[in-house]
Amino acid sequence: MSEYNGEVRKMMIILSKASLENVYAAFVLANGARMEGIEAEMFFTFFGLEAIHNKKLEHLHVATVGNPAMHMPTMIGGLPGMEALATSMMKKEMEKLDMPEVREFLEILQASGVKLWACKLAMEMFHYEKEDMFPGLDGVLTVGDFYKQGSGIGTHMLFI
Amino acid sequence: MEKLIAGKNIQVNEEGYMTDFSQWDKAIGEELAKENNIDLTPKHWELIQYIQNEFKAESPLTIRKIGKSGVVDIKEFYALFPVGPLKTATKIAGIPKPAGCI
Repeated sequence: MSEYNGEVRKMMIILSKASLENVYAAFVLANGARMEGIEAEMFFTFFGLEAIHNKKLEHLHVATVGNPAMHMPTMIGGLPGMEALATSMMKKEMEKLDMPEVREFLEILQASGVKLWACKLAMEMFHYEKEDMFPGLDGVLTVGDFYKQGSGIGTHMLFI
Repeated sequence: MEKLIAGKNIQVNEEGYMTDFSQWDKAIGEELAKENNIDLTPKHWELIQYIQNEFKAESPLTIRKIGKSGVVDIKEFYALFPVGPLKTATKIAGIPKPAGCI
């Protein structure tokens, strides 16, 4: 932590999941960086791509199964409609905090200067084209390209 | 603590935010803007007025609210205050640093 006294200059945030709680965590961290004068770039890979897929980004859910912090037995969490219920409850709470919906949040990030990248390998795996994705997407990158974007002193990487 | 700004002794906290908004005037705003490397334009003043009004109405400030202010959109906001926009704007406006995360 000796470089620039450990000052954070740039955050590279990799999102590999698209359950709503993970997507929001990544978005809040990216937006928070810009609000502090820190550069931020996001790399969407594997299921994280759903958060920038035009037809899917408005239908993300909170995970009710395999999430012990929900304090809900796995069998009940798996019942039809449970994810939708938990999601609508969470969305209501977030609206109270002036937290935008996923699409609006992406627009805010883009307007704030956050670079949005899709992972080339994952795009090919899911057979997605750039046209299928959020229009503000900056491009489709390989892992190597993404690392190059993060070069420079004071860059930190975060995997979600 | 006290700080001499535009020839007046002003109450500020350890981060330099004013703690008594009633002490604020335009000359102080200009001095604080200079300290933060901002050249104030009419658009800056319009926005400062907006966030001061929100503060007086005790309505918490977020980036989303700035985008819906009707004064600027978010891109313009970052163009006016490029580094830490809401932090810088509130400091110049003489109001506390926003406490939220969004």
